[in-house]
Amino acid sequence: MKQRNLVVVSSGLSQPSSTRLLADQLSTAAAGAAARRGVTLDIQVVELRDLAHDIIDNMLTGFAKPALKQAQDAVAAADALIMVTPVFSAGYSGLFKSFVDVLEKDTLAGKPVLLAATAGTARHSLVLEHAMRPLFAYLRTAIIPTSVFAASDDWGANSVEGPLRGRIERAATELATEVERREPATVIDPFALTESFEDMIKNL
Amino acid sequence: MQFGIFSVSDITTDPTTGRTPTEAQRIKDIVTIAQHAEQAGLDVFALGEHHNEPFFSSSPTTTLAYIAARTSTLQLSTATTLITTNDPVKIAEDFAMLQHLADGRVDLMLGRGNTGPVYPWFGKDIRAGIPLALENYGLLHKLWREHVVDWEGKFRTPLQSFTSTPRPLDDVPPFVWHGSIRSPQIAEQAAYYGDGFFANHIFWPASHTQRMVGLYRQRFEHYGHGSADQAIVGLGGQVFMRKNSQDAVTEFRPYFDNAPVYGHGPSLEDFTRETPLTVGSPQQVIDRTLGFREYVGDYQRQLWLMDHAGLPLKTVLEQLDILGEQVVPVLRKEFAALKPAHVPDAPTHAALLAAKLEKDSKAEVQA
Repeated sequence: MKQRNLVVVSSGLSQPSSTRLLADQLSTAAAGAAARRGVTLDIQVVELRDLAHDIIDNMLTGFAKPALKQAQDAVAAADALIMVTPVFSAGYSGLFKSFVDVLEKDTLAGKPVLLAATAGTARHSLVLEHAMRPLFAYLRTAIIPTSVFAASDDWGANSVEGPLRGRIERAATELATEVERREPATVIDPFALTESFEDMIKNL
Repeated sequence: MQFGIFSVSDITTDPTTGRTPTEAQRIKDIVTIAQHAEQAGLDVFALGEHHNEPFFSSSPTTTLAYIAARTSTLQLSTATTLITTNDPVKIAEDFAMLQHLADGRVDLMLGRGNTGPVYPWFGKDIRAGIPLALENYGLLHKLWREHVVDWEGKFRTPLQSFTSTPRPLDDVPPFVWHGSIRSPQIAEQAAYYGDGFFANHIFWPASHTQRMVGLYRQRFEHYGHGSADQAIVGLGGQVFMRKNSQDAVTEFRPYFDNAPVYGHGPSLEDFTRETPLTVGSPQQVIDRTLGFREYVGDYQRQLWLMDHAGLPLKTVLEQLDILGEQVVPVLRKEFAALKPAHVPDAPTHAALLAAKLEKDSKAEVQA
C-alpha cells in the first residue's frame, strides 16, 4: 500500500462544531476511497480554534510558536488537504483566512485541496464558489472539482443517507483519485541555498 | 569576545509616564549611552540607520564620529547600514572618513532594510533588495581595495577612473558584518567574501538563527577562508535586569507590552520562551547568553538592545552598569575558557593591520 498524508483544517469555533463534523465525515470518506485505490492516508486534523492566539501572534511577530509551527509544517508536508470553514458574514471565517495568511508563500501550490463550508442556511452555499475557490486558485492549489457545503438542514434527523452523503462521497473519491496518481509532496526549505554566489551575481 | 550594545534609535513614548523625548534629547542621550557603555567596560556601540519616523538616526557616521571624539576604546559599528538604498560610493567615503577620525575603531554591519516605503524615496524597489545588496556590496568591496576603479552595474551610474577618498586607514578596509534574519543569500554573500555574519537573533526563535549561522559557517569553509568554526559570528540579544528577577519582569512588562515591534502581541512570558529575550536577574542573563553558544558555536560578538521602547535614560544607564559590573566580566571569562585556540577573535583594525603587514612582508620575501 502507498502511504500519503492528508491534513484536515477545520475552523469551527463551537465545541462540538458542525464544521468539524463535516471535516470528519470528509476525511473518513477520503480514507475509505483512498484505501480502495491502495493508498493508506495518514490523517492529521488541525483545529484552528486551538491555534487562534498563535495565529495572531504570528501576524504580529513574524514567526510561529511551536504548536502553530507544527501545524504549518504538517500543511507543508501534506499530500492533500481538506479545508473546512464556517460561513461568517457571507465569507470564510476570519480565523480561517488568517491561518492561510500565515502560511509560507507557495506552501499550498500544486496540492490537491478539497474545499468545504458549513452555515445555518443553504442560502450561503455559493461561498464555496465566490470566496473559497478564488482564494485557493490564487494559492495555485489543485482544487477538487466537487466542493461540499452543509447547512443545518443537512444534519437533520432523516438525512444520514441524504444528498450531503452523496456529495461527500463524490468529493472524497475525486480527492483520493488525485492523491493516488501523484508523487509524494516535497517540502520547500526556506533556509536552503538555491544558488551559489557566482550564480546570484550572474543572475542579478 | 566582544560585548556591546546596539540601538535602533527609536523615539518612543515611555508607556509608564506618557513622556516622549524630543529628537534633540534622544540624540544627546544616545551619545551619553555610548560614552557610558565605554565607561561600564563594554567594547562595542552600534547604531542603526532609518529614514522614517519615529527614528532619528538617518546619519550614523555623523553621530559615530562625534562619539569617537568622546571615547577612546569603544569600537563603533552600525546596526545596520542600508546597503540597498545608500549609494555604495557614499558608504565607502563616509566610513573611510570615520575610520580615520576614530583611529580605526570602526566596522560596519550591512542590512537591506525591510521598510517598503523607504526604497522608492531613494529611487529603489524593495523587490530588488537582494540584487541591490549583492551589486552594491560588490562595488563597496572594490572601492576600498582598488585605488582607481572602473565599474559598471545594473543599479548605479558607471564609474570611470574613480578613486574613493579618503582611502581606508592604513589601506585596511573597515571590517564588514552582513546582517540578516532569514535570507540564505546574505549568509552566502558573507561567506563568499570571508566577512562576518551577524544574526539579528532577538525577534526570532533560536532555530532560525541556528540554521542561518550553520549555513554561513559551512559556506565560509567552502570558500576557503578557514574551517567552519573559524567563521566570524555576531549575535543580537535583548535583556532587562534587576537584582530580583520578579522586579525586572514587573518593571519591564509595560515597555514590552507597548513596544513598537512586538507590543500588543505575545505575552512577555511567551516571547521570553520563544526568543532570546531575557528579563530577570544578572545570573539568568549570564546563563541564557552562554546557552547561545550551544546552537551557534563559539562566536565573536554579542550585542544587546538596551535603549528602546521608551525606556528612560536613567534606566538604560543602570542596565549598562549591571552589564558592565555583573554580567560581562563573567561572560568574558566563561566564553574565553570554552573557546578553542584556533577560533579567532572579532577582527579589529590593529589585528587586520598586523595580518596585512605579515602578508605584505611574506610577499616581499618571495619576490
